[in-house]
Amino acid sequence: MHSLPLNYKVTAFKTLVWKEIRRFLRIWVQTLVPPVITISLYFVIFGNLIGRRIGEMNGYSYMEFIVPGLIMMAVINNSYANVVSSFFSQKYQRSIEELLVSPMPNYVILSGFVIGGVTRGLAVGAVATIMSLFFSGLHMHNIFITILVVLMSSIVFSLGGFINAIFANKFDDITIIPTFVLTPLIYLGGVFYSVDLLPDFWRLISQLNPIFYMVNAFRYGILGVSDVNVVFAFLMLVLFTVTLFFFALFLLRRGKGLRH
Amino acid sequence: MTPAISIKDLYKTYDNGFEALKGISLDVAEGDFFALLGANGAGKSTTIGVLSTLVRKTAGSVQVFGKNVDSNSYETKLDLGVVPQEVNFNHFEKVFDIVVTQGGYYGLPVKLAKERAEKYLVQLGLWDKHDQQARNLSGGMKRRLLIARALVHEPRLLLLDEPTAGVDIELRRSTWEFLQEINRAGTTIILTTHYLEEAETLCRNIAMIDNGEIIENTSMKSLLRKLHQENFLFDLREEINTAPTLNGFSCQLVDPAILEVSVDSHQDLNDVFKELQALNIQVKSMRNKSNRLEQLFISLLNKPGQET
Repeated sequence: MHSLPLNYKVTAFKTLVWKEIRRFLRIWVQTLVPPVITISLYFVIFGNLIGRRIGEMNGYSYMEFIVPGLIMMAVINNSYANVVSSFFSQKYQRSIEELLVSPMPNYVILSGFVIGGVTRGLAVGAVATIMSLFFSGLHMHNIFITILVVLMSSIVFSLGGFINAIFANKFDDITIIPTFVLTPLIYLGGVFYSVDLLPDFWRLISQLNPIFYMVNAFRYGILGVSDVNVVFAFLMLVLFTVTLFFFALFLLRRGKGLRH
Repeated sequence: MTPAISIKDLYKTYDNGFEALKGISLDVAEGDFFALLGANGAGKSTTIGVLSTLVRKTAGSVQVFGKNVDSNSYETKLDLGVVPQEVNFNHFEKVFDIVVTQGGYYGLPVKLAKERAEKYLVQLGLWDKHDQQARNLSGGMKRRLLIARALVHEPRLLLLDEPTAGVDIELRRSTWEFLQEINRAGTTIILTTHYLEEAETLCRNIAMIDNGEIIENTSMKSLLRKLHQENFLFDLREEINTAPTLNGFSCQLVDPAILEVSVDSHQDLNDVFKELQALNIQVKSMRNKSNRLEQLFISLLNKPGQET
Protein backbone atom coordinates (compact mmCIF):
# COMPACT_ATOMS: atom_id res chain seq x y z
CA MET A 1 0.00 0.00 0.00
CA HIS A 2 1.30 3.43 -0.95
CA SER A 3 1.44 6.19 1.59
CA LEU A 4 0.99 9.91 1.48
CA PRO A 5 4.09 12.10 1.75
CA LEU A 6 4.82 13.12 5.34
CA ASN A 7 4.28 16.83 4.70
CA TYR A 8 0.72 16.06 3.47
CA LYS A 9 -0.03 14.20 6.67
CA VAL A 10 1.46 16.93 8.86
CA THR A 11 -0.58 19.62 7.09
CA ALA A 12 -3.77 17.55 7.33
CA PHE A 13 -3.12 16.85 11.02
CA LYS A 14 -2.49 20.52 11.81
CA THR A 15 -5.64 21.48 9.90
CA LEU A 16 -7.80 19.07 11.90
CA VAL A 17 -6.27 20.04 15.26
CA TRP A 18 -6.71 23.73 14.53
CA LYS A 19 -10.30 23.11 13.45
CA GLU A 20 -11.00 21.30 16.72
CA ILE A 21 -9.42 24.07 18.78
CA ARG A 22 -11.31 26.72 16.79
CA ARG A 23 -14.53 24.82 17.52
CA PHE A 24 -14.23 24.86 21.32
CA LEU A 25 -12.93 28.43 21.33
CA ARG A 26 -15.89 29.56 19.17
CA ILE A 27 -18.34 28.16 21.72
CA TRP A 28 -16.26 29.09 24.79
CA VAL A 29 -19.36 29.93 26.81
CA GLN A 30 -20.41 26.28 26.53
CA THR A 31 -16.95 24.69 26.69
CA LEU A 32 -14.68 26.76 28.93
CA VAL A 33 -16.85 28.75 31.32
CA PRO A 34 -19.04 26.00 32.91
CA PRO A 35 -16.11 23.85 34.13
CA VAL A 36 -14.46 26.89 35.68
CA ILE A 37 -17.65 27.72 37.58
CA THR A 38 -18.11 24.11 38.71
CA ILE A 39 -14.52 23.82 39.94
CA SER A 40 -14.82 27.14 41.78
CA LEU A 41 -17.89 25.83 43.61
CA TYR A 42 -16.05 22.65 44.56
CA PHE A 43 -13.16 24.70 45.95
CA VAL A 44 -15.46 26.98 47.93
CA ILE A 45 -17.91 24.37 49.26
CA PHE A 46 -15.92 21.16 49.65
CA GLY A 47 -12.45 22.61 50.10
CA ASN A 48 -13.08 25.73 52.08
CA LEU A 49 -16.38 25.43 53.96
CA ILE A 50 -16.66 21.68 54.62
CA GLY A 51 -12.93 21.01 54.39
CA ARG A 52 -12.15 23.14 57.44
CA ARG A 53 -14.23 20.74 59.59
CA ILE A 54 -12.68 17.60 58.08
CA GLY A 55 -9.11 18.35 59.08
CA GLU A 56 -6.07 16.63 57.58
CA MET A 57 -6.00 13.80 55.04
CA ASN A 58 -2.77 11.90 54.29
CA GLY A 59 -0.84 14.65 56.09
CA TYR A 60 -2.30 17.57 54.09
CA SER A 61 -5.21 19.93 54.71
CA TYR A 62 -8.41 18.71 53.03
CA MET A 63 -8.24 21.58 50.53
CA GLU A 64 -4.68 20.66 49.55
CA PHE A 65 -5.70 17.01 49.32
CA ILE A 66 -8.62 17.53 46.91
CA VAL A 67 -6.95 20.09 44.60
CA PRO A 68 -5.11 17.47 42.45
CA GLY A 69 -8.28 15.38 42.20
CA LEU A 70 -10.40 18.34 41.17
CA ILE A 71 -7.87 19.40 38.52
CA MET A 72 -7.79 15.84 37.19
CA MET A 73 -11.59 15.71 37.20
CA ALA A 74 -11.71 18.87 35.06
CA VAL A 75 -9.13 17.46 32.63
CA ILE A 76 -10.91 14.10 32.30
CA ASN A 77 -14.40 15.55 31.85
CA ASN A 78 -13.36 18.14 29.31
CA SER A 79 -11.13 15.87 27.24
CA TYR A 80 -13.95 13.35 26.99
CA ALA A 81 -16.68 15.92 26.38
CA ASN A 82 -14.74 17.67 23.63
CA VAL A 83 -14.13 14.61 21.49
CA VAL A 84 -17.48 12.90 22.04
CA SER A 85 -19.36 16.08 21.26
CA SER A 86 -17.27 17.18 18.28
CA PHE A 87 -17.02 13.79 16.58
CA PHE A 88 -20.67 12.90 17.12
CA SER A 89 -21.85 16.30 15.85
CA GLN A 90 -19.77 15.83 12.71
CA LYS A 91 -21.14 12.33 12.30
CA TYR A 92 -24.70 13.51 12.90
CA GLN A 93 -24.57 16.32 10.34
CA ARG A 94 -22.39 14.15 8.07
CA SER A 95 -19.57 16.71 7.87
CA ILE A 96 -17.36 13.80 8.97
CA GLU A 97 -17.53 12.81 5.30
CA GLU A 98 -15.19 15.74 4.61
CA LEU A 99 -12.54 13.72 6.41
CA LEU A 100 -13.58 10.29 5.17
CA VAL A 101 -13.33 11.18 1.47
CA SER A 102 -9.96 12.88 2.00
CA PRO A 103 -6.69 10.94 1.78
CA MET A 104 -5.99 11.41 5.51
CA PRO A 105 -4.93 8.12 7.12
CA ASN A 106 -7.16 6.90 9.95
CA TYR A 107 -4.47 7.33 12.58
CA VAL A 108 -4.08 11.00 11.60
CA ILE A 109 -7.85 11.53 11.92
CA LEU A 110 -7.89 9.83 15.33
CA SER A 111 -4.82 11.74 16.53
CA GLY A 112 -6.30 15.04 15.40
CA PHE A 113 -9.47 14.54 17.44
CA VAL A 114 -7.48 13.30 20.45
CA ILE A 115 -5.14 16.30 20.42
CA GLY A 116 -8.18 18.57 20.17
CA GLY A 117 -9.59 16.91 23.29
CA VAL A 118 -6.25 17.05 25.10
CA THR A 119 -5.91 20.75 24.31
CA ARG A 120 -9.31 21.55 25.81
CA GLY A 121 -8.68 19.25 28.78
CA LEU A 122 -5.33 20.86 29.55
CA ALA A 123 -6.69 24.38 28.98
CA VAL A 124 -9.45 23.82 31.55
CA GLY A 125 -6.97 22.01 33.82
CA ALA A 126 -4.63 25.00 33.66
CA VAL A 127 -7.45 27.40 34.59
CA ALA A 128 -8.48 25.08 37.47
CA THR A 129 -4.85 25.06 38.67
CA ILE A 130 -4.67 28.86 38.62
CA MET A 131 -7.95 29.07 40.52
CA SER A 132 -6.72 26.62 43.14
CA LEU A 133 -3.99 29.12 44.00
CA PHE A 134 -6.66 31.38 45.48
CA PHE A 135 -7.54 28.65 47.99
CA SER A 136 -4.30 26.76 48.57
CA GLY A 137 -0.54 26.97 48.00
CA LEU A 138 0.89 25.16 44.95
CA HIS A 139 2.92 22.10 45.84
CA MET A 140 4.96 20.37 43.17
CA HIS A 141 6.57 17.12 44.30
CA ASN A 142 7.56 15.91 40.81
CA ILE A 143 6.68 18.05 37.80
CA PHE A 144 7.67 15.32 35.30
CA ILE A 145 5.21 12.80 36.79
CA THR A 146 2.54 15.47 37.12
CA ILE A 147 2.70 16.48 33.44
CA LEU A 148 3.06 12.91 32.17
CA VAL A 149 0.07 11.66 34.16
CA VAL A 150 -2.21 14.55 33.26
CA LEU A 151 -1.27 14.23 29.60
CA MET A 152 -1.84 10.49 29.46
CA SER A 153 -5.11 10.70 31.39
CA SER A 154 -6.30 13.34 28.95
CA ILE A 155 -5.37 11.11 26.00
CA VAL A 156 -7.15 8.10 27.54
CA PHE A 157 -10.40 10.02 28.01
CA SER A 158 -10.18 11.70 24.62
CA LEU A 159 -9.95 8.20 23.15
CA GLY A 160 -12.89 7.15 25.34
CA GLY A 161 -14.94 10.05 23.98
CA PHE A 162 -14.03 9.08 20.44
CA ILE A 163 -15.15 5.47 20.93
CA ASN A 164 -18.38 6.63 22.58
CA ALA A 165 -19.08 8.88 19.57
CA ILE A 166 -18.39 6.07 17.10
CA PHE A 167 -21.01 3.85 18.76
CA ALA A 168 -23.52 6.64 19.39
CA ASN A 169 -26.53 6.84 17.10
CA LYS A 170 -28.37 9.67 18.81
CA PHE A 171 -27.56 12.54 21.14
CA ASP A 172 -28.83 10.55 24.16
CA ASP A 173 -26.05 8.04 23.53
CA ILE A 174 -23.35 10.62 24.15
CA THR A 175 -24.76 11.65 27.53
CA ILE A 176 -25.40 8.15 28.91
CA ILE A 177 -21.72 7.22 29.39
CA PRO A 178 -20.66 10.52 31.05
CA THR A 179 -23.70 10.46 33.35
CA PHE A 180 -23.90 6.81 34.31
CA VAL A 181 -20.27 5.70 33.99
CA LEU A 182 -17.81 8.58 33.99
CA THR A 183 -19.24 10.66 36.83
CA PRO A 184 -19.59 7.72 39.29
CA LEU A 185 -16.06 6.55 38.44
CA ILE A 186 -14.67 10.04 39.07
CA TYR A 187 -16.51 10.47 42.38
CA LEU A 188 -15.49 6.98 43.52
CA GLY A 189 -11.95 7.37 42.19
CA GLY A 190 -10.51 9.05 45.27
CA VAL A 191 -10.98 12.68 44.26
CA PHE A 192 -12.57 13.61 47.59
CA TYR A 193 -11.17 10.99 49.95
CA SER A 194 -8.33 8.58 50.63
CA VAL A 195 -9.25 4.92 50.08
CA ASP A 196 -7.76 4.23 53.48
CA LEU A 197 -11.08 5.50 54.84
CA LEU A 198 -13.00 2.75 53.04
CA PRO A 199 -13.78 -0.77 54.34
CA ASP A 200 -11.55 -3.49 52.80
CA PHE A 201 -14.17 -4.63 50.30
CA TRP A 202 -14.76 -1.16 48.84
CA ARG A 203 -11.02 -0.47 48.86
CA LEU A 204 -10.61 -3.54 46.65
CA ILE A 205 -13.43 -2.46 44.36
CA SER A 206 -11.83 1.00 44.02
CA GLN A 207 -8.76 -0.64 42.55
CA LEU A 208 -10.82 -1.72 39.53
CA ASN A 209 -11.53 1.92 38.75
CA PRO A 210 -9.05 3.35 36.19
CA ILE A 211 -9.63 6.90 37.43
CA PHE A 212 -8.43 5.85 40.86
CA TYR A 213 -4.93 5.31 39.40
CA MET A 214 -4.95 8.58 37.49
CA VAL A 215 -6.03 10.67 40.46
CA ASN A 216 -3.52 9.06 42.78
CA ALA A 217 -0.60 9.23 40.34
CA PHE A 218 -1.41 12.89 39.72
CA ARG A 219 -1.72 13.54 43.46
CA TYR A 220 1.67 11.90 43.90
CA GLY A 221 3.19 14.25 41.32
CA ILE A 222 1.83 17.27 43.18
CA LEU A 223 1.82 16.27 46.86
CA GLY A 224 4.07 13.21 46.95
CA VAL A 225 1.32 11.03 48.53
CA SER A 226 -0.65 8.27 46.83
CA ASP A 227 -2.93 5.36 47.72
CA VAL A 228 -1.29 3.21 45.02
CA ASN A 229 2.15 2.38 43.71
CA VAL A 230 2.93 5.14 41.18
CA VAL A 231 4.82 2.85 38.79
CA PHE A 232 1.86 0.46 38.72
CA ALA A 233 -0.50 3.42 38.13
CA PHE A 234 1.69 4.60 35.28
CA LEU A 235 1.72 1.13 33.69
CA MET A 236 -2.08 1.01 33.91
CA LEU A 237 -2.22 4.37 32.11
CA VAL A 238 0.04 3.07 29.34
CA LEU A 239 -2.13 -0.04 29.02
CA PHE A 240 -5.36 2.01 28.78
CA THR A 241 -3.83 4.39 26.23
CA VAL A 242 -2.51 1.68 23.92
CA THR A 243 -5.65 -0.49 24.16
CA LEU A 244 -8.07 2.34 23.52
CA PHE A 245 -5.96 3.82 20.71
CA PHE A 246 -5.86 0.58 18.75
CA PHE A 247 -9.51 -0.19 19.46
CA ALA A 248 -10.54 3.26 18.18
CA LEU A 249 -8.31 2.78 15.13
CA PHE A 250 -9.88 -0.62 14.49
CA LEU A 251 -13.37 0.91 14.60
CA LEU A 252 -12.35 3.74 12.29
CA ARG A 253 -10.74 1.32 9.85
CA ARG A 254 -13.89 -0.81 9.78
CA GLY A 255 -15.95 2.33 9.26
CA LYS A 256 -18.19 1.47 12.20
CA GLY A 257 -21.18 3.82 11.97
CA LEU A 258 -19.38 5.87 9.33
CA ARG A 259 -19.18 3.92 6.09
CA HIS A 260 -22.09 1.83 4.84
CA MET B 1 -5.62 6.05 -22.70
CA THR B 2 -6.28 4.89 -19.13
CA PRO B 3 -9.92 5.47 -18.26
CA ALA B 4 -10.74 7.92 -15.48
CA ILE B 5 -12.75 5.18 -13.83
CA SER B 6 -13.08 1.53 -14.58
CA ILE B 7 -15.69 -0.45 -12.67
CA LYS B 8 -15.90 -4.22 -13.08
CA ASP B 9 -18.69 -6.46 -11.75
CA LEU B 10 -19.51 -4.17 -8.86
CA TYR B 11 -21.94 -5.53 -6.31
CA LYS B 12 -23.27 -3.86 -3.20
CA THR B 13 -25.65 -5.43 -0.72
CA TYR B 14 -26.44 -3.31 2.34
CA ASP B 15 -26.67 -4.75 5.84
CA ASN B 16 -30.47 -4.82 5.60
CA GLY B 17 -30.18 -7.16 2.59
CA PHE B 18 -31.02 -4.55 -0.04
CA GLU B 19 -29.10 -5.25 -3.26
CA ALA B 20 -28.22 -1.77 -4.50
CA LEU B 21 -25.78 -2.84 -7.24
CA LYS B 22 -26.01 -6.13 -9.10
CA GLY B 23 -22.74 -6.48 -10.95
CA ILE B 24 -22.37 -3.22 -12.84
CA SER B 25 -19.40 -2.61 -15.16
CA LEU B 26 -18.58 0.83 -16.46
CA ASP B 27 -15.67 2.73 -18.01
CA VAL B 28 -15.50 6.52 -18.13
CA ALA B 29 -12.83 8.10 -20.33
CA GLU B 30 -10.53 10.82 -19.04
CA GLY B 31 -11.93 14.26 -19.90
CA ASP B 32 -15.46 12.97 -20.33
CA PHE B 33 -18.62 14.60 -19.04
CA PHE B 34 -20.55 11.50 -18.08
CA ALA B 35 -24.10 11.11 -16.79
CA LEU B 36 -25.30 8.34 -14.56
CA LEU B 37 -29.02 8.48 -14.93
CA GLY B 38 -31.69 6.70 -12.98
CA ALA B 39 -34.72 6.97 -10.78
CA ASN B 40 -34.46 7.38 -7.00
CA GLY B 41 -33.03 4.22 -5.44
CA ALA B 42 -31.71 2.92 -8.78
CA GLY B 43 -28.10 2.70 -7.51
CA LYS B 44 -26.57 6.00 -8.68
CA SER B 45 -25.56 7.31 -5.26
CA THR B 46 -24.31 3.90 -4.18
CA THR B 47 -21.98 3.88 -7.20
CA ILE B 48 -20.71 7.36 -6.30
CA GLY B 49 -20.42 6.21 -2.67
CA VAL B 50 -18.23 3.27 -3.63
CA LEU B 51 -15.98 5.52 -5.74
CA SER B 52 -15.61 7.97 -2.86
CA THR B 53 -15.09 5.10 -0.31
CA LEU B 54 -18.10 6.15 1.77
CA VAL B 55 -19.81 2.93 0.73
CA ARG B 56 -18.02 -0.39 1.01
CA LYS B 57 -18.45 -2.62 -2.01
CA THR B 58 -19.55 -6.21 -1.57
CA ALA B 59 -17.63 -7.47 -4.61
CA GLY B 60 -15.99 -6.24 -7.79
CA SER B 61 -13.12 -3.93 -8.63
CA VAL B 62 -12.92 -0.16 -8.96
CA GLN B 63 -10.00 1.70 -10.53
CA VAL B 64 -9.49 5.44 -10.65
CA PHE B 65 -7.00 6.54 -13.33
CA GLY B 66 -5.67 3.00 -13.45
CA LYS B 67 -5.17 2.67 -9.69
CA ASN B 68 -7.16 0.26 -7.58
CA VAL B 69 -9.09 2.10 -4.85
CA ASP B 70 -8.47 -0.71 -2.37
CA SER B 71 -4.70 -0.83 -2.64
CA ASN B 72 -4.05 2.83 -3.51
CA SER B 73 -6.76 4.57 -1.52
CA TYR B 74 -4.66 7.64 -0.62
CA GLU B 75 -3.61 8.27 -4.21
CA THR B 76 -7.04 7.69 -5.70
CA LYS B 77 -8.63 9.98 -3.12
CA LEU B 78 -6.25 12.78 -4.14
CA ASP B 79 -7.62 12.47 -7.69
CA LEU B 80 -11.27 12.67 -6.57
CA GLY B 81 -13.49 15.59 -5.67
CA VAL B 82 -16.88 14.63 -4.26
CA VAL B 83 -20.05 16.72 -4.27
CA PRO B 84 -22.60 14.77 -2.21
CA GLN B 85 -26.32 14.74 -2.73
CA GLU B 86 -27.03 16.19 0.70
CA VAL B 87 -25.41 19.25 2.24
CA ASN B 88 -22.81 17.90 4.64
CA PHE B 89 -20.78 20.77 6.01
CA ASN B 90 -20.90 22.34 9.46
CA HIS B 91 -23.51 25.06 9.12
CA PHE B 92 -21.92 27.11 11.90
CA GLU B 93 -18.57 27.40 10.16
CA LYS B 94 -17.73 30.28 7.87
CA VAL B 95 -17.93 29.66 4.13
CA PHE B 96 -14.24 30.48 3.60
CA ASP B 97 -13.12 28.26 6.50
CA ILE B 98 -15.07 25.27 5.13
CA VAL B 99 -13.21 25.41 1.83
CA VAL B 100 -9.78 26.20 3.32
CA THR B 101 -10.09 23.40 5.88
CA GLN B 102 -10.94 20.89 3.17
CA GLY B 103 -7.81 22.02 1.31
CA GLY B 104 -5.83 21.31 4.47
CA TYR B 105 -7.24 17.77 4.65
CA TYR B 106 -5.76 17.23 1.18
CA GLY B 107 -2.37 18.52 2.32
CA LEU B 108 -2.54 22.00 0.80
CA PRO B 109 -0.45 24.56 2.70
CA VAL B 110 -2.61 27.29 4.27
CA LYS B 111 -1.53 30.00 1.80
CA LEU B 112 -2.35 27.85 -1.24
CA ALA B 113 -5.61 26.61 0.31
CA LYS B 114 -6.70 30.22 0.87
CA GLU B 115 -5.81 31.22 -2.69
CA ARG B 116 -7.74 28.27 -4.12
CA ALA B 117 -10.71 28.90 -1.81
CA GLU B 118 -10.91 32.50 -2.99
CA LYS B 119 -10.56 31.44 -6.65
CA TYR B 120 -13.43 28.95 -6.55
CA LEU B 121 -15.70 31.01 -4.30
CA VAL B 122 -15.29 33.91 -6.75
CA GLN B 123 -15.98 31.66 -9.75
CA LEU B 124 -19.08 30.23 -8.10
CA GLY B 125 -20.39 33.64 -7.08
CA LEU B 126 -19.99 33.10 -3.34
CA TRP B 127 -17.11 35.43 -2.52
CA ASP B 128 -19.32 38.14 -1.06
CA LYS B 129 -20.57 35.51 1.43
CA HIS B 130 -17.14 34.11 2.31
CA ASP B 131 -17.11 35.58 5.82
CA GLN B 132 -20.62 34.41 6.71
CA GLN B 133 -21.68 31.26 8.48
CA ALA B 134 -22.77 28.61 5.97
CA ARG B 135 -26.24 28.41 7.53
CA ASN B 136 -26.98 31.88 6.14
CA LEU B 137 -26.64 30.71 2.53
CA SER B 138 -29.63 29.89 0.35
CA GLY B 139 -30.17 26.29 -0.77
CA GLY B 140 -28.63 26.91 -4.18
CA MET B 141 -25.63 28.66 -2.66
CA LYS B 142 -25.05 25.75 -0.30
CA ARG B 143 -24.87 23.40 -3.26
CA ARG B 144 -22.35 25.69 -4.94
CA LEU B 145 -20.32 25.76 -1.76
CA LEU B 146 -20.17 21.96 -1.94
CA ILE B 147 -18.73 22.29 -5.45
CA ALA B 148 -16.13 24.87 -4.34
CA ARG B 149 -15.13 22.60 -1.46
CA ALA B 150 -14.76 19.60 -3.78
CA LEU B 151 -12.55 21.57 -6.18
CA VAL B 152 -10.14 23.13 -3.69
CA HIS B 153 -7.51 20.42 -4.24
CA GLU B 154 -8.12 20.58 -8.01
CA PRO B 155 -9.00 16.91 -8.55
CA ARG B 156 -8.73 15.24 -11.95
CA LEU B 157 -12.16 13.67 -11.48
CA LEU B 158 -15.21 15.40 -10.04
CA LEU B 159 -18.13 13.27 -8.81
CA LEU B 160 -21.39 15.19 -8.59
CA ASP B 161 -24.34 13.49 -6.96
CA GLU B 162 -27.47 15.40 -7.98
CA PRO B 163 -25.64 18.76 -7.99
CA THR B 164 -28.62 20.93 -8.85
CA ALA B 165 -31.39 19.19 -6.92
CA GLY B 166 -33.72 21.87 -5.59
CA VAL B 167 -31.77 24.71 -7.22
CA ASP B 168 -33.69 27.43 -9.06
CA ILE B 169 -33.41 27.68 -12.84
CA GLU B 170 -31.07 30.67 -12.94
CA LEU B 171 -28.58 29.16 -10.49
CA ARG B 172 -28.87 25.79 -12.23
CA ARG B 173 -27.97 27.32 -15.59
CA SER B 174 -24.95 29.18 -14.17
CA THR B 175 -23.82 26.02 -12.37
CA TRP B 176 -24.04 24.14 -15.67
CA GLU B 177 -21.91 26.80 -17.37
CA PHE B 178 -19.32 26.57 -14.61
CA LEU B 179 -19.18 22.78 -14.86
CA GLN B 180 -18.82 22.92 -18.64
CA GLU B 181 -15.96 25.37 -18.18
CA ILE B 182 -13.98 23.17 -15.78
CA ASN B 183 -14.68 20.14 -17.99
CA ARG B 184 -13.23 22.02 -20.98
CA ALA B 185 -10.20 22.80 -18.81
CA GLY B 186 -9.61 19.05 -18.42
CA THR B 187 -11.53 17.86 -15.36
CA THR B 188 -13.41 14.62 -15.91
CA ILE B 189 -16.94 14.91 -14.54
CA ILE B 190 -19.35 12.17 -13.56
CA LEU B 191 -22.78 13.43 -12.71
CA THR B 192 -25.76 11.62 -11.32
CA THR B 193 -29.08 13.22 -11.95
CA HIS B 194 -32.70 12.55 -12.47
CA TYR B 195 -33.08 15.86 -14.31
CA LEU B 196 -32.97 14.43 -17.79
CA GLU B 197 -32.57 17.85 -19.34
CA GLU B 198 -29.41 18.32 -17.26
CA ALA B 199 -27.87 15.12 -18.63
CA GLU B 200 -28.88 16.01 -22.19
CA THR B 201 -27.45 19.52 -21.95
CA LEU B 202 -24.16 18.69 -20.25
CA CYS B 203 -23.06 15.15 -20.91
CA ARG B 204 -21.37 13.48 -23.87
CA ASN B 205 -21.81 9.96 -22.61
CA ILE B 206 -24.43 8.35 -20.47
CA ALA B 207 -25.24 5.23 -18.52
CA MET B 208 -28.75 4.48 -17.39
CA ILE B 209 -29.08 2.51 -14.22
CA ASP B 210 -32.19 0.80 -13.00
CA ASN B 211 -32.67 -1.52 -10.07
CA GLY B 212 -28.90 -1.86 -9.59
CA GLU B 213 -28.14 -2.75 -13.21
CA ILE B 214 -26.86 -0.76 -16.17
CA ILE B 215 -29.58 -0.85 -18.80
CA GLU B 216 -27.88 1.44 -21.33
CA ASN B 217 -24.32 2.74 -21.70
CA THR B 218 -23.58 4.78 -24.78
CA SER B 219 -22.95 8.28 -26.14
CA MET B 220 -25.68 10.85 -25.73
CA LYS B 221 -25.85 11.32 -29.51
CA SER B 222 -26.36 7.65 -30.30
CA LEU B 223 -28.84 7.36 -27.48
CA LEU B 224 -30.93 10.21 -28.82
CA ARG B 225 -30.71 8.73 -32.32
CA LYS B 226 -32.59 5.77 -30.93
CA LEU B 227 -35.60 7.94 -30.48
CA HIS B 228 -38.13 6.76 -32.99
CA GLN B 229 -40.47 9.57 -32.28
CA GLU B 230 -40.03 13.20 -31.36
CA ASN B 231 -42.65 15.61 -30.10
CA PHE B 232 -42.93 19.22 -31.28
CA LEU B 233 -44.95 22.05 -29.84
CA PHE B 234 -46.55 24.49 -32.31
CA ASP B 235 -47.60 27.90 -30.99
CA LEU B 236 -50.73 28.84 -32.97
CA ARG B 237 -51.53 32.34 -34.13
CA GLU B 238 -55.24 31.81 -33.37
CA GLU B 239 -56.79 29.60 -30.72
CA ILE B 240 -58.69 26.46 -31.74
CA ASN B 241 -61.17 24.40 -29.76
CA THR B 242 -60.38 20.85 -30.84
CA ALA B 243 -57.28 19.11 -32.08
CA PRO B 244 -57.26 18.89 -35.89
CA THR B 245 -56.90 15.62 -37.77
CA LEU B 246 -53.51 15.60 -39.47
CA ASN B 247 -52.99 12.88 -42.04
CA GLY B 248 -50.29 10.47 -40.78
CA PHE B 249 -49.55 12.36 -37.55
CA SER B 250 -50.99 12.11 -34.10
CA CYS B 251 -51.56 15.37 -32.31
CA GLN B 252 -53.22 16.87 -29.25
CA LEU B 253 -54.02 20.29 -27.91
CA VAL B 254 -51.90 21.25 -24.92
CA ASP B 255 -54.04 24.37 -24.63
CA PRO B 256 -56.14 26.27 -27.20
CA ALA B 257 -53.03 27.99 -28.60
CA ILE B 258 -50.48 25.12 -28.41
CA LEU B 259 -50.62 22.01 -30.52
CA GLU B 260 -48.36 19.02 -29.77
CA VAL B 261 -47.52 16.85 -32.77
CA SER B 262 -45.63 13.52 -32.73
CA VAL B 263 -43.28 13.02 -35.68
CA ASP B 264 -41.79 9.58 -36.36
CA SER B 265 -38.17 9.32 -37.52
CA HIS B 266 -39.21 8.45 -41.10
CA GLN B 267 -41.58 11.43 -41.37
CA ASP B 268 -40.80 15.03 -42.41
CA LEU B 269 -41.74 18.17 -40.57
CA ASN B 270 -42.62 19.78 -43.93
CA ASP B 271 -45.57 17.44 -44.15
CA VAL B 272 -46.88 18.66 -40.80
CA PHE B 273 -46.77 22.24 -42.07
CA LYS B 274 -48.54 21.22 -45.30
CA GLU B 275 -51.31 19.56 -43.27
CA LEU B 276 -51.71 22.58 -41.03
CA GLN B 277 -51.68 24.94 -44.02
CA ALA B 278 -54.43 22.91 -45.64
CA LEU B 279 -56.56 23.35 -42.52
CA ASN B 280 -55.73 27.08 -42.47
CA ILE B 281 -54.03 26.81 -39.09
CA GLN B 282 -51.29 29.45 -38.84
CA VAL B 283 -48.15 28.63 -36.81
CA LYS B 284 -46.43 31.46 -34.97
CA SER B 285 -43.44 29.48 -33.71
CA MET B 286 -42.31 25.92 -33.02
CA ARG B 287 -40.07 24.15 -30.48
CA ASN B 288 -38.98 20.73 -29.37
CA LYS B 289 -40.68 19.27 -26.40
CA SER B 290 -37.73 19.07 -24.02
CA ASN B 291 -38.34 15.61 -22.59
CA ARG B 292 -36.85 13.56 -25.42
CA LEU B 293 -34.54 11.76 -23.05
CA GLU B 294 -37.34 11.21 -20.62
CA GLN B 295 -39.35 9.41 -23.27
CA LEU B 296 -36.38 7.24 -24.05
CA PHE B 297 -35.69 6.52 -20.41
CA ILE B 298 -39.26 5.45 -19.82
CA SER B 299 -39.25 3.29 -22.95
CA LEU B 300 -36.04 1.59 -21.75
CA LEU B 301 -37.51 0.96 -18.34
CA ASN B 302 -40.59 -0.55 -19.94
CA LYS B 303 -38.76 -3.01 -22.19
CA PRO B 304 -40.60 -6.31 -22.21
CA GLY B 305 -39.39 -8.69 -19.55
CA GLN B 306 -37.83 -5.92 -17.48
CA GLU B 307 -39.04 -5.13 -14.00
CA THR B 308 -39.94 -1.51 -13.49
